[in-house]
Amino acid sequence: AALKDALRSQVSAALKEGRVTPTELCQRCLALIKSTKFLNAYITVTEETALKQAEESEERYKRGQPLGILDGIPIAVKDNFNTAGIETTCASNMLKGYISPYNATVVQKLLDQGAVLLGKTNLDEFAMGSGSTDGVFGPVRNPWSYSKQYKEKSIPKSHSEDKEPDWVISGGSSGGSAAAVSSFTCFAALGSDTGGSTRNPAAHCGVVGLKPTYGLISRHGLIPLVNSMDVPGILTRCVDDAAVLLGSLAGHDPKDSTTIQDDFKPFELPNLTDVSKLSIGIPKEYHAPGLSSEILAFWSKAADLFKNAGAKVVEVSLPHTRYSIVCYHVLCTAEVASNMARFDGLEYGHRSDVKDSTESMYAATRREGFNDVVRGRILSGNYFLLKQNYEKYFVKAQKVRRLIASDFGKVFRSGVDILLTPTTLSDAAPYTEFIQEDNRTRSAQDDILTQAANMAGLPAINVPTALSERGLPVGLQFIGRSFQEKQLLTVAKWFEKQVQFPVIQLEEVKRHDSGVFQQQKSASFS
Amino acid sequence: MRVLSLGRWLRAGRVPPRGRVRLNSGHRHSGHRPQAPPQGPAQVPPRVPHQQKVSVEVLDHLEHLALVDFRDSEGVERLQKAIQFADQLHEVNTDGVEPMDSVLEDRCLYLREDDVTEGNCTKELLENARETVEEYFVAPPGNIPLLKLEEQNTYLQGSK
Repeated sequence: AALKDALRSQVSAALKEGRVTPTELCQRCLALIKSTKFLNAYITVTEETALKQAEESEERYKRGQPLGILDGIPIAVKDNFNTAGIETTCASNMLKGYISPYNATVVQKLLDQGAVLLGKTNLDEFAMGSGSTDGVFGPVRNPWSYSKQYKEKSIPKSHSEDKEPDWVISGGSSGGSAAAVSSFTCFAALGSDTGGSTRNPAAHCGVVGLKPTYGLISRHGLIPLVNSMDVPGILTRCVDDAAVLLGSLAGHDPKDSTTIQDDFKPFELPNLTDVSKLSIGIPKEYHAPGLSSEILAFWSKAADLFKNAGAKVVEVSLPHTRYSIVCYHVLCTAEVASNMARFDGLEYGHRSDVKDSTESMYAATRREGFNDVVRGRILSGNYFLLKQNYEKYFVKAQKVRRLIASDFGKVFRSGVDILLTPTTLSDAAPYTEFIQEDNRTRSAQDDILTQAANMAGLPAINVPTALSERGLPVGLQFIGRSFQEKQLLTVAKWFEKQVQFPVIQLEEVKRHDSGVFQQQKSASFS
Repeated sequence: MRVLSLGRWLRAGRVPPRGRVRLNSGHRHSGHRPQAPPQGPAQVPPRVPHQQKVSVEVLDHLEHLALVDFRDSEGVERLQKAIQFADQLHEVNTDGVEPMDSVLEDRCLYLREDDVTEGNCTKELLENARETVEEYFVAPPGNIPLLKLEEQNTYLQGSK
């Protein structure tokens, strides 16, 4: 089995039949992590515990009693999920050295099914950002920067003293997770999605990024950013794998009162062949200012694809789309101001040496622990929550949120099943260009297509579609009705099959996989 | 397969001209021209209430509430821009619209039985704290207000 193989269709079978063992898989992934260290995708690599988990999994396979399809599968988890006994930093000085005393529910579920936790992945500090560039451990590099496809298209610099390619960002804030999955160091990774933080890096790194319906997957143990919008996100290399992960994570959790109580039944995705009963909506407002002509073309092509296959494709309108980013900005900073209040240095995390008084210790701790982005959002949030501003900004934003959510409701009630939109405005930018604008500006630009789904709590998925002129991945987004992940993923899987997104050609992976390097087609998707 | 322009799916292809969300255009990277947004009638700049600068008193109040500091003029500028950005909300007519707290508002909140099912993890919880005494978290003396603005050596004092 190759590291590129799809989880469900290939690796699981290989493990069951003994063609590969969990320890072999684990060792290969760990070795690949080492040789792709320059990507800076991982903050913590839990080598010892991973190998131990792999050994235990191997025992189970030998006895013919694997726990399930995830038994022995190496996965990575974004560093804002609590993992017992393992440092959880949120890429912030505030939590450096913080060893979680418990596992987040989603982490526990994965471990209970025998998954092998390779490590914690890098992110923007406290998941605030759209580039994975603002964490204290440095930026994450998009693996595609080092791909044959990108290098071939790069304009060679006439006088380049540095042999480094002009590397591009991975997107954010779950950039580490996306890069980890994209570079084959794990088969799946957990991210979080508040405004697009799973779908944005998925689009830039050419992987599948699923944002489930709010309330489907437990947030217990996910260090919160915006309680009313956060969800754990799933990053995989193909849609089938995303369905597998969803199946093992979804469901009511008594420890998270915002999870719905309905029974959740894990599902296998059917192989859709007939799309004639499908109605695809194209929201015209998503043709946003700044959308690159390339992505516009891919979006158009995709619409044609569905039409030519017999589906009904209609233009729809979500009139409040252009206000969703403003609304998000207010609600996000307000909730952040509240959620970050817990970091005072007393019970956990960084504590300042200042000891004149409680308040001065708190203030110093927070000054030392948070970066500009976090502090900026806290201050903005507090401004919007001031008595004189509460109605004007916070309540107003909540009203606009209802308008945005009902826009979607109207469209879905009119008979549209799935919405098709771009995920990002363009392909990944070079790091040096990205950092020319500040975090808030970038987030406002980059989240514009993704965060309305968080406003309305709807499920959405990025499917890698094609390579841009620069040889970088471009993805398209499907948005579905609440709790209709099966329909959403079925359509996404059909689309994935049609576009046949190319496999990334990475030197390091070739070396590790030599001998079992199969042709592209069979690799990442079934 | 011929690439059909998206105009086929977007009837007029126009973004409604009634004011637009203003973003700093940011630095677009070279490689391809970003598509110009469809032009409608001459764009009218959105009407936004005259932006007043946030007073130093409010800034100071915010620093006390949030217990984080602005640190420098960039921080204050950031807040100004954030407020300006948020002001665009006022263009939306929300008469008769109820605020939305949660997308799950139509459902009943889960309430569990009031039984103790876990706990007794004092040791684990104390491990993460830097200063503890027996089973207490130790804090510096309370009831001492933060230094007043005049006494602080912060950026805001310098700007007063």
